[in-house]
Amino acid sequence: MKETPNLSYITKLSNGNKVFEKNLLAIIKKELPLEIGAYESFVNEGDFEETAEYVHKINHKFKILGLDKGHKIAEAYRLNLLEKNFLLKLDFEKILAILLLYIKTV
Amino acid sequence: MNCIVIDDEETSRAIVLFLAENNPEIKILDSFHNATSAIKYLNDNSVDLIFLNIHMPMFTGFDFIKTIKNPPKIILTSLDKAFALDAFEYKCIIDYLVKPITQERFDKSVEKALSVHREDVVVNDNQIPDESIDDLYVSIDRRLVKIDIPTIYLIEAKGDYIMLKTSNKNYMVHSTLKKIEDKLPNDFFLRVHRSYVINTKRIIDIEDSSVLVDKDVVPVSRSYRKELLERLNLL
Repeated sequence: MKETPNLSYITKLSNGNKVFEKNLLAIIKKELPLEIGAYESFVNEGDFEETAEYVHKINHKFKILGLDKGHKIAEAYRLNLLEKNFLLKLDFEKILAILLLYIKTV
Repeated sequence: MNCIVIDDEETSRAIVLFLAENNPEIKILDSFHNATSAIKYLNDNSVDLIFLNIHMPMFTGFDFIKTIKNPPKIILTSLDKAFALDAFEYKCIIDYLVKPITQERFDKSVEKALSVHREDVVVNDNQIPDESIDDLYVSIDRRLVKIDIPTIYLIEAKGDYIMLKTSNKNYMVHSTLKKIEDKLPNDFFLRVHRSYVINTKRIIDIEDSSVLVDKDVVPVSRSYRKELLERLNLL
């Protein structure tokens, strides 16, 4: 079954503090596209190590936004990158697209 | 406890800052997006605890720990558990938080840090048995502030002022090195340069023309070098 992003972690963390929730989401909305931009540049350059770095950063957002299965795929993809191959790239990028759409709605 | 946060991700820093706000036992003094700027900060400031991300580009959390002399207590943060075993090879690391961090786990970690901190304070207090050493009172903003002399590790001349550096805090005082030298016990305070007096008990190592005192590298003038070496218990 397809996994969908959610705010469970952020809601639990905030303990009702709506200002914090708003601020944290604003940071994620600002930071995630920058990380994706950097990720894409390194993919295009074929720089496996730097690509892996950015997959790692993006993966934290997967966890924050409740994508536990996505997290596992991202981690496996990162390890593939460190082995100098792009296996799981498409799977990772599909999840990324879902996440990008989601953060536009929250 | 005074703390700083080092993490290259703004999201992670924001989460740690929020978690810390909810814990009355700690105060976050600053946060840094890379280890280099944190090292610069630590050259002038003292902290009790660092929340340190392991996985950072160029300069990892472990590189950071290896770089700083006398690191304070450190709680590592990481997205994965892979480094947990490596972490406990460092005495300064007291806990390992896996991201995303929850309030419960964060508080537990802080409690652990506090307990270690309290033990350190007791040990340090017991290590100052010399009753003959007095406190020093300095005038700052029309107040007389008491400074425990053994905590002073470096005094630096800065124009009409001197900077007194202690384990916990730095003090800028309107005075001269000569005046303060007269007030300090000269069995362990020593002038090593026109602009510096050091606490020789706090020396970590000495190179040809510099000495590492606590976490500051201090130049040693040729004229003062001989006396410095005479003070040391050389093998």
